[in-house]
Amino acid sequence: MTDTSQQLTGQQALGQQGVGEPVPQRRAPIGDTPQRRAMLKRLKRRPSVKGSLIALFLIVVIGLTLPFFAPQNPYDLTSFSVMDNRLAPGSESFEGTRFLLGTDQQGRDMLSAIFYGLRVSLLVGLVSTGLALVIGVCVGLVAAVMGGRIEAMLMRLVDFILGFPTILVALVMLAMIGRGVDKVILAIVVVQWANYARIMRSAALSERRREYVEAAFNLGYGKPRVMFRHIMPNSLNAVLVVATVQIASAITLEATLSFLGVGVPVTQPSLGLLVASGFDYLMSGDYWISLYPGIALLVLIFSLNLVGDRLRTALDPKRS
Amino acid sequence: MLTFVTQRLLQSVAVLFAVSIAVFLAVYAVGNPVDLLISPEATQAERAEMIARLGLDRPVWAQYLTFLGNALQGDLGTSFVHGQPALSLILSRIPATFELVVSALLLASIIGIPIGLWVGLNDGSLGARAVMTGSILGYSIPSFWKGMVLILVCAVWLNWLPASGRGDTVTVLGVPFSFLTVDGLRHMAMPVINLAIPNIALMIRLTAAGASESARMDYVKFARAKGVRDTRIVRRHILRNILIPIVTVLGVEFGSLIAFSTITETVFAWPGMGKLLITSIYQLDRPVVVAYVMLVTFIFVTVNLLVDFAYAALDPRVKLSERMS
Repeated sequence: MTDTSQQLTGQQALGQQGVGEPVPQRRAPIGDTPQRRAMLKRLKRRPSVKGSLIALFLIVVIGLTLPFFAPQNPYDLTSFSVMDNRLAPGSESFEGTRFLLGTDQQGRDMLSAIFYGLRVSLLVGLVSTGLALVIGVCVGLVAAVMGGRIEAMLMRLVDFILGFPTILVALVMLAMIGRGVDKVILAIVVVQWANYARIMRSAALSERRREYVEAAFNLGYGKPRVMFRHIMPNSLNAVLVVATVQIASAITLEATLSFLGVGVPVTQPSLGLLVASGFDYLMSGDYWISLYPGIALLVLIFSLNLVGDRLRTALDPKRS
Repeated sequence: MLTFVTQRLLQSVAVLFAVSIAVFLAVYAVGNPVDLLISPEATQAERAEMIARLGLDRPVWAQYLTFLGNALQGDLGTSFVHGQPALSLILSRIPATFELVVSALLLASIIGIPIGLWVGLNDGSLGARAVMTGSILGYSIPSFWKGMVLILVCAVWLNWLPASGRGDTVTVLGVPFSFLTVDGLRHMAMPVINLAIPNIALMIRLTAAGASESARMDYVKFARAKGVRDTRIVRRHILRNILIPIVTVLGVEFGSLIAFSTITETVFAWPGMGKLLITSIYQLDRPVVVAYVMLVTFIFVTVNLLVDFAYAALDPRVKLSERMS
């Protein structure tokens, strides 16, 4: 693709900041045009998006600063008493503290348990999405830029993984390797990276034909540089829309796996595990152990999906 | 067409082959298969005898060939817990799962397609926007929690519907079905609704997108200009055109619902193959897990293959050579 003589003269004549390289394409963040900025501003003002963003902001703040918010530390066995087990929402403890959302079978304050569970759910969702994103973007880029055999092999693998329902792959995988926060993250990464790879590849393929990429290659920049500094920033848009929705699906997947008993360990209950722990008491009418963690989970997932959906519609070239 | 069919068939066989290797490695090569396959209470002599009998002292590739050979003959191992062949154990649970999945897809189409059509034809109206946002909620609610809320409301609080099991069944051609008895239908109601809700949302979104797109097409404008009645336009011109993607998605969803029914079956104690999988995972009954994965993969690959063939046959625009690359 690149010619050595051209590489040398190109580098010497133009220096590192090549003229043939369109400056705004490279320096500006993802697709930052005035139109797009105005679009995002309008998007943020829509009530549904605004509500979701506020909810997400609150959830993240609670997750980060929860020791100040939570009335109790659910990991600290001395901070609660079995005497208070399965108290209804609003009732008072043995020692006179009030449980806004009731207590679970071990006498833990549900509100505190939800705050801590939210942190586990968020952690798993964000870390696994981040890892899957990095792997998927790299694979997609390599496939698009290298082409040929490598591309065919990588994309076959992607199709293979995407051909199966995520829950099945993750469930069977965890059944084999056992439960744990790290293992859940691993399982989610395994089922999710292929999504990013597929999208990154198609975005990168269309960018690859653009003139600035041609110019960068002609300037003698190596493939890695063109891949990561030119093609990638310009094709991240589509990937990021998918990422919003994928965080939601990662959190759902983690909650489901934990509910089924193959997810996070009992010592680090996520929201899904909290819901599961209340399942046995549901028939006797002690609804709050399952109901409230589920509502927290739903708010989190719904907000992410809503923002993702609005973002996708707004960025859809067919609509604008 | 023949090359397309053979190529897709070969691809499907390759997928099954790859899954068999992955599953084999997961069970036999990662970790110690002796610990997985032999009871910890066995004596030293029993262990040695079992290792020799299961062939665990042979090289991995030889073990794989045995596994593959047995699998091709329909022998996917024997359940430790039930002492029955794993495959027949799962096959006996298939009718219950299929009953749920087929009912859920039917319900999703009956509810989702008309609503989706209405949304697509009233694109941008307040009601349509509300339905679309509601559909996001529909696929956002975690399935297990939704099932528990259904139980809480319909079984615990209102005492309308039974919370678990299949209820009375009627045996048709040796296969028990719940949907033929009133009690069975009452037991089916909640699991089917639970399984159907995300698919209703999916059907609404799919139909709406297709309808609003084809309503803008020239042939619809032309039909309208010609004075064709609205109901006829919708039925003959719009619905016909969006039915192909809907049928495709329904086919693919059939496979994925079998996997997702695992959650619903667990919540409602529905005795299908998903419930069996979860129980087997708890009881460390590996042969059943392996057999489940192989069987579901087989169903999946077959359904996808049929969908592809149907798609190629139905839609003349699909260029077979393009789809193969």
